[in-house]
Amino acid sequence: MDTQTANKKQEVAQETMRITGSEAIIRCLLAEGVDILYGYPGGAIMPVYDELFKFQKEIHHVLARHEQGAVHAAQGFARISGRVGVAIATSGPGATNLITGIADAQIDSTPLVCITGQVFSHLLGTDAFQETDIIGISTPVTKWNHQITKASEIPEVLAKAFFIAKSGRPGPVLIDISKDAQVSELDFKYEKCKGVRSFIPVPKTNLEAVKSAAQLINSAKKPLIVWGQGIILGKAEAELKAVLEKAGIPAAWTILGASAVPTSHPLNVGMVGMHGNYAPNKLTNVCDVLIAIGMRFDDRVTGNLNSYAKQAKIIHFDIDPSEIDKNVKTDVAVIGDSKDSLAKLLPLLNENKHDSWLQEFKDLYAIEFEKVIKDDIYPTKDGLTMGEVLKQINIETKGNAAIVSDVGQHQMIACRYAEFTTSKSNITSGGLGTMGFALPAAIGAKMAAPDREVVAIIGDGGFQMNIQELGTVFQQKVPVKIVVLNNEFLGMVRQWQQLFFDRRYASTEMTNPNFVAIAKGYYIEGKRITKREELADAVKEMIASKESYFLEVCVEKEDNVFPMIPSGASVSDVRLC
Amino acid sequence: MNEEIKTLTISIYTENNIGLLNRISAIFQRRHINIESLTTSQSEIEGVNRFVIVVNITESQAKKIIGQFEKQVEVIRAYYHKDEETIYTESCMFKIKSALLFEEPQIQNIIKESNSRIVTVNKEFFVLEKSGRRNEIESLRRDLNVFGIMQFVRAGRISVTKEEMKITEALLAFNNQ
Repeated sequence: MDTQTANKKQEVAQETMRITGSEAIIRCLLAEGVDILYGYPGGAIMPVYDELFKFQKEIHHVLARHEQGAVHAAQGFARISGRVGVAIATSGPGATNLITGIADAQIDSTPLVCITGQVFSHLLGTDAFQETDIIGISTPVTKWNHQITKASEIPEVLAKAFFIAKSGRPGPVLIDISKDAQVSELDFKYEKCKGVRSFIPVPKTNLEAVKSAAQLINSAKKPLIVWGQGIILGKAEAELKAVLEKAGIPAAWTILGASAVPTSHPLNVGMVGMHGNYAPNKLTNVCDVLIAIGMRFDDRVTGNLNSYAKQAKIIHFDIDPSEIDKNVKTDVAVIGDSKDSLAKLLPLLNENKHDSWLQEFKDLYAIEFEKVIKDDIYPTKDGLTMGEVLKQINIETKGNAAIVSDVGQHQMIACRYAEFTTSKSNITSGGLGTMGFALPAAIGAKMAAPDREVVAIIGDGGFQMNIQELGTVFQQKVPVKIVVLNNEFLGMVRQWQQLFFDRRYASTEMTNPNFVAIAKGYYIEGKRITKREELADAVKEMIASKESYFLEVCVEKEDNVFPMIPSGASVSDVRLC
Repeated sequence: MNEEIKTLTISIYTENNIGLLNRISAIFQRRHINIESLTTSQSEIEGVNRFVIVVNITESQAKKIIGQFEKQVEVIRAYYHKDEETIYTESCMFKIKSALLFEEPQIQNIIKESNSRIVTVNKEFFVLEKSGRRNEIESLRRDLNVFGIMQFVRAGRISVTKEEMKITEALLAFNNQ
């Protein structure tokens, strides 16, 4: 939408008009700049779909094949663009099918507005057809939710929904709208929400705390930064880079923080956590000051808390006060927006270099390279590895692709080996670990950023959890690249069974269908490869394709992902084999 | 590491909206914390509700859970207090057969000594109301139980804090952000 039309729409929205609730919903979305939404129609939301039909020039509705596909697509849209993703569904099963995606967005702080239809308000509580208490069901997994039963409430509540979803630490909001509110009329006037009493989305950064942090950092001999998604959500990539470059601090990232600083940056020392890099995990228990920025000390990052960075002073930058001291006791807490806090920190830092400290990371990387990475990305054995597929994708995309991964072994490999040059390029289900996330999320990501190469990396298990979204890829002609790394196992569970359950492979082996035939059934070009010599050409062909493309790579069945911090172990007990 | 479990009173000032009780109770439930008592009412500020919730948890659990409450969009402020930091009381009602009042003269003494109050008397039953600490209420219940209680109900703890709550200031801070 160009600015002129946007302004015109804004003006139109300022006057009061007598319209139906469902038209008001569309006008609210337009006023919030929504031009695409993902959903699935049904009885209780039909009046809104009728308006979507009338407004199809202004707003593009993407028909998913399942409401879970719709909400994950909205998440992919939000994650790559930083805008609010919008998903829409009918009452009952339509609404409950959104829940997994909403829970995913809640734990990964993704801004979403989900709109669900509800039965007529006089039928509420009568067990009417497709009635479900979606407010009750969604309460624990939403940042905010609200049920509208009067058309006149629509503009104010939707304005509040968008404000809450994107303000401060973002999150999902669900608005449930009864059918009578959709069909009755209201005097419509839209005003954007500028604030909600009782809600402070962005606490003001305390300068004294920043000074204490700077003091600790300036006197540190072995400082380590661990950043998370807070950098990306706070648009603080440049500030972070400036901070680590000025103070010469090695910096590691959580899965959701990936891509905020380019992979090739000399101070980027890799990923922390269960399958993170050897050096930053080991050295977490060696550093003297640990500077956590926009991350929440998830158990997959910290391992056993009783032996996590006990020797270090802990500085925690976060926008959400409830994260401070939740898992790790901090010495200095800087509560506030990451961009603002880091900008205030920068001038207080001494220029510094920590060459011998950085060398410790390089030495441990060399060990990890010898014992793990070499065999992952330059394998000499017969079977294909997931790592070499990632390496090939890096070569073909020059690290400019957005990688959307599902959940499991391939996800860890993708996060470990994908090279990033641009922020917001690693889209994955981090906190909830939702299998089936990647295919629909990749659709949303590609639609939000059509100029970017979007590559979905999916396992054979996760692919079959939302495989129906191939229909959406086809109908919407979304030129997304889909790579299935097929090891005929639920690989991560199998790895745990091998390591911790004496190789009792309970229900993890999969007898898979002909995936290429399925892709082709949806008129998506596809190829299956089984040999190393086919890999380079296949990836090249896929990336060169102007349309959607499906590539199945049959990889070694029983490869494991290392390094690994076994569940409950300390970060310093990270295993290389 | 093993911290002492204490009886703590949690006070939450909130907007008066449908569904907020659900959101608040879910925070306890998710952490497997049993609610000993819960009362909600209008607070000293028009349009602002106050929850008073009693739980048995450690102080570090309480600090974290307060963070979770304050994170909720419609929560204005949340606090926890130890018993000595609050003035608190509970109230209860007994429904007892009226005949007993005349047949068991001891009951009249119990009523007098327990500082309870007869709310109503009719031919069939009388209703006794008592406010006080839990042990006083329990002691009264034990005493009356000997004669037979038709109905007994006890309300959750209500409490005010000794320190100032400064909710008006908090609301001003929201407006000035």
